[in-house]
Amino acid sequence: MSTAVIILLGIGVAFNFLGTVALYRFPDVYTRLHGTTKCTTFGSIFTSAAVVVFALERYFATGEGRFTTLTVHVIIAIFALLISNATGAHAIARSAHRSGVMPKYAVVDRLAEDHRKKGGVSA
Amino acid sequence: MVIFVLSVATYLLLAWSGGGIDPIEVGIAVALGGVMAGLARAWNPERSWTLAGLNPLRWITFILYLFLPFLWGMIKANFDVAFRVITGKIRPGIVRIDSGLKGSLAQTMLANSITLTPGTLTVDVDDSGETGIFYVHWINVTDENPPEQKVYGSFGKWARRVAE
Repeated sequence: MSTAVIILLGIGVAFNFLGTVALYRFPDVYTRLHGTTKCTTFGSIFTSAAVVVFALERYFATGEGRFTTLTVHVIIAIFALLISNATGAHAIARSAHRSGVMPKYAVVDRLAEDHRKKGGVSA
Repeated sequence: MVIFVLSVATYLLLAWSGGGIDPIEVGIAVALGGVMAGLARAWNPERSWTLAGLNPLRWITFILYLFLPFLWGMIKANFDVAFRVITGKIRPGIVRIDSGLKGSLAQTMLANSITLTPGTLTVDVDDSGETGIFYVHWINVTDENPPEQKVYGSFGKWARRVAE
């Protein structure tokens, strides 16, 4: 393993760690989602980038086809991760708000105001 | 049509292992792509077979978007959130923004971009009106009725350019 791989892995693990700490530090569902979606997506991109760099290094050293396959698969995984992570976070936030979990310490909540105006059930 | 091309390309990329591609694999890819496109069409209320999504200019814009403002936004977002995790300095709230975007694809793209970038998270989208109204959870509310620029910068313009 080269230094580049270790550095990328280090950054990735650091961001994933911060994402986990965010779960403990933040007061409610919405703010926790901020930490977990952003930091873990970013962290996972870095760990995936480490895999890509490692695979390319091995490919240029050995010339074996399986390392290009690894690179392509990891890049597809990054795109899947980007889309599913953001969509998942949105789904959780939306369902939490619909089932009446209100954001704590919020200075303003326009969604609940508009719901009340339309006579929705969400308080 | 976009979904067909994308699924065929993804399948072939996953099946490709350095050398050439077996013709049987191409057959499987086309069959599966057809099934995916058919299913997507059955679910999509607009029911279109449009070729607009294959316009190369859009794809180039999309890739430009991905690597310039989006990547930069993500890096900023992560340092911002990391900073807030450490200091615990937050001022959360849900704000309303009229995005001015009509197409559902553009709205989806903007919602996902908002979620992955500086201190914002899309909670709900009201698309019953003419244009999509976004309800965004903002971790550091500085303005209770913010203009769109303040919340997500130039993403609205990019989403319009790529997907509308």
